[in-house]
Amino acid sequence: MDVERTSLPGIGLKHEFTTARGRQLGVVSHRSGRRDLVVYDKDDPDTCVVSVALTGDEANGLAELLETDRVVERLNELHRQVEGLVTEQIPLATGSPFVGRPLAATQARTRTGASIVAVVRGGQVLASPRPDFVFEAADVVVVVGTGDGTAGVAAILSGG
Amino acid sequence: MHTAIQLIELGAIILALGLLGAVAVRFSISAIPLYLVAGLAFGAGGILPLGASEEFVAIGAEVGVILLLFTLGLEYTANELVGTLRTSAPAGLADLVMNAAPGVLAALLLGWGPVAAVAMGGITYVTSSGITAKVMADLGWLGNRETPAVLSILVFEDLAMAAYLPILTAVLAGASLLAGATTLGIAAATIAVILYIALKHGRLVEKFVQSPTDEVLLLKVLGLTMLVAGIAQQLQVSAAVGAFLVGIALSGPLAHTARDLLAPLRDLFAAVFFVFFGLHTDPADLPPVLGIAALLAVAGVLTKLGTGYVSAKRAGVGSTGRLRAGAALVPRGEFNIVIAGLAVSAGVNPKLGPLAAAYVLMLAIAGPLLARTAEPLARTMRARKKRKAGEPAPASDVPEAERIGDERVSDPT
Repeated sequence: MDVERTSLPGIGLKHEFTTARGRQLGVVSHRSGRRDLVVYDKDDPDTCVVSVALTGDEANGLAELLETDRVVERLNELHRQVEGLVTEQIPLATGSPFVGRPLAATQARTRTGASIVAVVRGGQVLASPRPDFVFEAADVVVVVGTGDGTAGVAAILSGG
Repeated sequence: MHTAIQLIELGAIILALGLLGAVAVRFSISAIPLYLVAGLAFGAGGILPLGASEEFVAIGAEVGVILLLFTLGLEYTANELVGTLRTSAPAGLADLVMNAAPGVLAALLLGWGPVAAVAMGGITYVTSSGITAKVMADLGWLGNRETPAVLSILVFEDLAMAAYLPILTAVLAGASLLAGATTLGIAAATIAVILYIALKHGRLVEKFVQSPTDEVLLLKVLGLTMLVAGIAQQLQVSAAVGAFLVGIALSGPLAHTARDLLAPLRDLFAAVFFVFFGLHTDPADLPPVLGIAALLAVAGVLTKLGTGYVSAKRAGVGSTGRLRAGAALVPRGEFNIVIAGLAVSAGVNPKLGPLAAAYVLMLAIAGPLLARTAEPLARTMRARKKRKAGEPAPASDVPEAERIGDERVSDPT
């Protein structure tokens, strides 16, 4: 995806790109933090036909929505690709030895072959946690692997 | 007793401006023409002449000009200015030549002399960046392909003002060639020094202005701006240019905070400035210059449409965008009045003030209206061209939302 960046003197920046289907989208970033989501005319690429003003918070919310959906999509894709793959959501119990410890310490993938692909915390999906990601109590750990593998991760998380 | 009358007058003026501002918002037009009309009504020969608060209004007007230019400078960073100069100098110069020409010609044809010609050139040249930016934001044009080109023109004009105002000040002062050259030298040196500080040592300025609270920041920024403006005035560079350069020197998050803090002050004093200009224009002087003003306004619309066409074409934009760019540039406003104000107070031809007022009144109102009709007009023109070519007209009456919806319907998955 090629994103074109243009400076708008006195206002901020504009980023735009063309989708695979040939529609043009853009974002105008105001210095004040406001974001305009703009959609260009199909017939006249110079003209934007829709311009939606978003506050900083709304823009973040929208970005999160797009990101979250992509995580779910990626999971579904994995399912389709590999027969026999399971996704398990494992709540981290308060007594788990991994509360306050990094993901790397579980050695989940080495020991079971299953991967921790996301962590749901406080209703938010934290996609692709890195090895230094630190667990908190009440996290829900999303694991992808074989049935045995995910069960193995559940066992590790609940007591080593 | 005297103070009481002054307070009453000031209160009445400001309240009237507030009411007019509400009208402007209601019809989403610029408030500038309404403020001018208010000034005409309250001034000499108006329907309700006021006199006691004259002194305050005069100083308030000066502060208004300084704050207008200062907040304009805040909008841009020094890098943007230099970058714009590099990329859009040809379009900017075309804009300058095309739009200054009608004013210069008119002054010379009327026999007002070369000094008035310099002032008139400036009056017909500058677009109101405030009105234009607002119109483009209101109409949702910020994402359009021609917008960077239009904004570059505005930046170029503001830079041109930084060079032009000192020249105008020198010419108006009736300086001899040598004295004029000296003034210009001082002006150029001052501008170079401030731009150098802004570009290379912007951090130092920001460090100096950085403040623990908004209150301290407001006082520091306002004080610094007025001080530099005063010194610039003393050096014959024009106070407005000094303030503009201080604005450029400040950038980053600090500039953002400063803009928010000073915006209410600027709104107040800028309104006072427009009233002040109106106060000094006798409404009875308007009718004799209306014909010339109308001719200049028509010329002004055409030359700005030309500018928009040229600059948007340079940016590779199609015909609709070119028309939009031109229409967006039509409004004239604050700086045309600033220039006229300088010329009037220097005692150039007495008809210049009323002429500038009428010109700005026409274009500040006509500009935004024209911008609103630009797109339907372009669509009609396109349709007509297609019909001539034997094709059916595009179904432009289909609501946009539905057209976007089409895509979902045709989705093969």
